[in-house]
Amino acid sequence: MGNFLAVYSKEMRSYFVSPVAYVIAGVFLFLSGYLFRSILMQFNMICLQLGQRAQQMGGGMPALNLNEMVVTQFFAVMDFIWLLIVPMLTMRLYAEEKKTGTIELLMTSPISSVQVLLGKFFACFSLYAIIVSLTMVYFLILEAYGSPDWGPIFSGYLGYLFLGATFISVGILASALTENQIVAVLLSFGILLMFWLIDWSASFAGPTAAKILQYVSFIEHLEDFQRGVIDSRDVVFYLSFTFFCLFLTTRVIESRRWRR
Amino acid sequence: MIEVNELSKSYGEVVAVEGVSFAVGKGTILGFLGPNGAGKTTTMRMLTCYLPPSGGQATVAGFDVVEESMEVRKRIGYLPETPPLYLDMTVRAYLRFVARIKGVTGPQLNGRIDDTMEKTGIAHHQNTVISHLSKGYKQRVGLAQALVHSPDVLILDEPTVGLDPKQIIEIREVIKGLAGDHTVILSTHILPEVSMTCEKIVIINGGRIAGEGTPESLIAQLKEGEVLRASIGGPGQEVLSMIRAMDGVIDVAVESGGEEDGVFIITSTPGTDVRDSLARQIVDGGYALRELRGLDMTLEDIFLRLTTEEVKA
Ligand SMILES: Nc1ncnc2c1ncn2[C@@H]1O[C@H](COP(=O)(O)OP(=O)(O)O)[C@@H](O)[C@H]1O
Ligand SMILES: [Mg+2]
Repeated sequence: MGNFLAVYSKEMRSYFVSPVAYVIAGVFLFLSGYLFRSILMQFNMICLQLGQRAQQMGGGMPALNLNEMVVTQFFAVMDFIWLLIVPMLTMRLYAEEKKTGTIELLMTSPISSVQVLLGKFFACFSLYAIIVSLTMVYFLILEAYGSPDWGPIFSGYLGYLFLGATFISVGILASALTENQIVAVLLSFGILLMFWLIDWSASFAGPTAAKILQYVSFIEHLEDFQRGVIDSRDVVFYLSFTFFCLFLTTRVIESRRWRR
Repeated sequence: MIEVNELSKSYGEVVAVEGVSFAVGKGTILGFLGPNGAGKTTTMRMLTCYLPPSGGQATVAGFDVVEESMEVRKRIGYLPETPPLYLDMTVRAYLRFVARIKGVTGPQLNGRIDDTMEKTGIAHHQNTVISHLSKGYKQRVGLAQALVHSPDVLILDEPTVGLDPKQIIEIREVIKGLAGDHTVILSTHILPEVSMTCEKIVIINGGRIAGEGTPESLIAQLKEGEVLRASIGGPGQEVLSMIRAMDGVIDVAVESGGEEDGVFIITSTPGTDVRDSLARQIVDGGYALRELRGLDMTLEDIFLRLTTEEVKA
């Protein structure tokens, strides 16, 4: 536990002394804020048009669902932004240690590679969770002017935590495979995009293949969360994916000790 | 404290270390001497559990480096060829991190950090970010990280490489001060380093041990005989054949020589002293003895002989 905390705090410190965390969080909040504003303005316009039409034609104003029109749309664009952000948070975790030779310190210290891995994983996950929770502000703004249904919002955010854990595990695996941070980033983008696009290719596949493809798609499982449904199958999917990647990472790191 | 038995390591086709055996007693400083590419780093990486051996065994404090790696790792401090520094950390934060992953906990932690900084002379830089330090200070921080948990065994891979002469002397002083409390293995490709800091030397070349012992015993072992340098006035050829005919003389070489005088390098069987009889013969023969002195073989000669012969073989 002490070892885990030592690695965890070292990684957290390193995120916050470098400008990387601030730049990534800043760029992300700017982008998501801009998108949120666009979605709101679009919603506003629709409201106005419908209002005018209701006046001209007579009759009542149709009920508009704030969750469907704003929340769901906003979630849909944010999903993809996480895919862009996470590899930048994970890229240096192992690649840099390999490049500068500090991995030699870790590997010759009485600390297991699992402790190192978990320290790194949870440090990255904490930073991710901080950035994610900052976006909650937009929904508070929404609350000030309307009354969104908070159930799906919270479960959507829960979904983001599971999604993030999965993305981070993929990014860490990529970082463990190389000493070049650029290669690590590109590799994680590649893997994540592949799993992202699987959902799309499922629509062309035969019925059984489509089922399998949908099961391994990242978005398919996220949609349940965003509808307000917390399904154990989705949770199991994300967690097992995460465990699998982290397991592979320990194998990659330990492999140096087997090659005789 | 450290026992190495027929240790080997291959990287695919490349054999980096082959059948290396040696032992280091508690509290001594062992110099691991060899030219670049000799296999020093590879051997040290096996001793520190970073690389698995391809063959043979090694134990540190009685623990096997493969089977009981955790126990070994608790007891060693290791300074790799490039110091493993986190450049964005301050010296103190870095040493704190290293101490924690080495298992130093709670109340001892700050004391250990202060002691180590004191010993390595970096206390006044404790709040400096490591990337801002000079190369010499970075090396000291590297040394401090190897010492911070007060390990029984210290393994230092070329600790003075790339430093300026003043820094080299300072680092050597620190290392010398460690003997007694710690068992130290120090690798280097610079010869004077071992004769200045180490009590025992292992010479490695081409992945194999080429010589082993104290500096004195290495010299004694490898001496092929006593060597004299004599400057003699008289016809060169005559003097040469006279010396050759003497009892105990194995070999005579002419360093320089003319019609009237010559300088000769005379090798005689080990343990004999031909100076007196040589002087008498020269005088009896009517030649002039201008200079006569024994030549000491230096560690440098031995190192060169060992490492070059090995390459030829
Ligand atoms: N990772 C590696 N892969 C392949 N060959 C290596 C590797 N590391 C070292 N070698 C080779 O092993 C030999 C010994 O290297 P090394 O132990 O670094 O020597 P030294 O530290 O004495 O300079 C050299 O021929 C080197 O080229
Ligand atoms: Mg080396």
